[in-house]
Amino acid sequence: MTSPIIETRNLHKWYSGVHALKGVSLKVQKGEALGLVGDNGAGKSTLINILSGLHLQDEGEVLLEGQHVDIRSPKDSMRLGIETIYQYNSMVPLMTISRNVFIGREPLKWSIGGFGVLDEKKMREESVKAIADVDLHLRSPDALVGELSGGQRQGVAIARAMHFKSKVMILDEPTNHLSVKETAKVIGFVKGLKAQGVTSIFISHNMHHVFACCDRIVAMALGQIVLDKPVAETSIEEVSEQL
Amino acid sequence: MRRLLKLFLQKPELASSILLLILVIAFQIRSNAIFLSVDNLRGIFGLLPETALVAVGVTLLMICGEFDLSVGSVFALMPMTMAVLVVGGWPFWAAVVAGLLLCAAIGFLNGWITIRFDIPSFITTLGMLFMARSMTVVVSGGFPPRIKPGTVPSWIFTGFVDGGGLIRASVLWFAGIAVLISLLLAKTNFGNWVRATGGYLPAAAAMGIPTGKVKIACFMICSVLAGFAGMIQSLRLNSFLPSIGEGMELQAVAAAVIGGTSLSGGVGSIIGGLIGAVLIRVIDNGMVMSQIDANWFKFAIGALTIFAVVGNAWLRRRGRAMKVETDK
Repeated sequence: MTSPIIETRNLHKWYSGVHALKGVSLKVQKGEALGLVGDNGAGKSTLINILSGLHLQDEGEVLLEGQHVDIRSPKDSMRLGIETIYQYNSMVPLMTISRNVFIGREPLKWSIGGFGVLDEKKMREESVKAIADVDLHLRSPDALVGELSGGQRQGVAIARAMHFKSKVMILDEPTNHLSVKETAKVIGFVKGLKAQGVTSIFISHNMHHVFACCDRIVAMALGQIVLDKPVAETSIEEVSEQL
Repeated sequence: MRRLLKLFLQKPELASSILLLILVIAFQIRSNAIFLSVDNLRGIFGLLPETALVAVGVTLLMICGEFDLSVGSVFALMPMTMAVLVVGGWPFWAAVVAGLLLCAAIGFLNGWITIRFDIPSFITTLGMLFMARSMTVVVSGGFPPRIKPGTVPSWIFTGFVDGGGLIRASVLWFAGIAVLISLLLAKTNFGNWVRATGGYLPAAAAMGIPTGKVKIACFMICSVLAGFAGMIQSLRLNSFLPSIGEGMELQAVAAAVIGGTSLSGGVGSIIGGLIGAVLIRVIDNGMVMSQIDANWFKFAIGALTIFAVVGNAWLRRRGRAMKVETDK
């Protein structure tokens, strides 16, 4: 059997004496859509922050395709192919779509020591393609992200992650504050990821959204995993009882 | 209307450009065509690079989401340090480099304290305003140093470069630096990081941008430009006084804001800051030329600043209400 695309072993995290993660071990297989649910304070965000490089675990390890990895910064996480789309967006509203797609990973015409001149033509062309690839049709990559609807923004964030060939996409409450129509669009994006063989971890408070697009569901409570089942073998009621 | 609104949103300096044009025409008419005369323009161009250089640095920093209230004091400290070193026997260029390094160190300290202790830069730089001003007096020992005219190559910074005595070298220095910073902001990945850091810090940090380092770099550039501008003024006047640059910090912020720079970061342009600085100079000079009571100058700048902020906030609100068109 092949190694899981991402695995955590016995992760522990303390915040000022509060034991936020209590030995979390989790395996996610390649191409799987995993739903991660739990109330506030359950440890979901702590787990995600460790995987995305915002925080470092105090104990335990993270493995990517069976290899131990050190994730010390968001840059490390992205370099390893883990892309996180945050609840309050990973976009800068006052910047254009094309600039947002390449933020922090800008293609350069030439550079010295990591600093250089932007290849704006490439940024525009590739952002148009990336957006079209996730079936999002915007007229111009020069539009400000602030002009987009919530669903469109999440679509651009997903397009960005796809463009950089991420192995694992973590979506942190991507449907929060979205209308029904916009939520359906985002769920459609997540289903599209699965169709393209991209592994996703979908975090949400809304069980209906998770059941709509995930293969497996993991429920967390008080820093521990309390349920781990395929979606087909459980129900919203059973998961809710565990939280 | 929608297109016009979008144009104003994407070019925040457009409104101030139009205002500048209107004011120039108005002052030209009211001053009986003296305002645009060579003699008067010489006066405007003589002072402009000094305030505009400070405004350029402050604009860059504000786009990055921070303020620097110490620029007026750094404006005085750099030339004072340089002059004291020159009088003490240092070669001119070594003294210039030492003065600029001091400015860079002050900028670094402003940025590091702000980020390390997570305090508003308004407070950090307010403290630095007093400290740098005090240091200016301390390094001079209370007696402004005197550099004999002709002993330092001040013409490189302040000499007239045209036969008509209209354009000083300082204008060229300023233009070169402004173009450089403008290109840095618009055409490089560092510029993208500056806008992202000021525009929405959590997203910038999550995308791996070293936001702390970006901010510190902007603080340093801002301080160095303020010090460089102060040196130009002191060399032009051949006078090294501890009191120069007082109030300049607020004029620089006003110039940036009038030029369309957002107080909350992320939005603005170097050309906008420049237009704001030109507007302030034009109002200052134009009021005198038009025989309007010059005591209204500060009132005019204050009113213009408030008007600019209110106008920009309104534009931004309207912008948020707009949605981009989709094909389906």
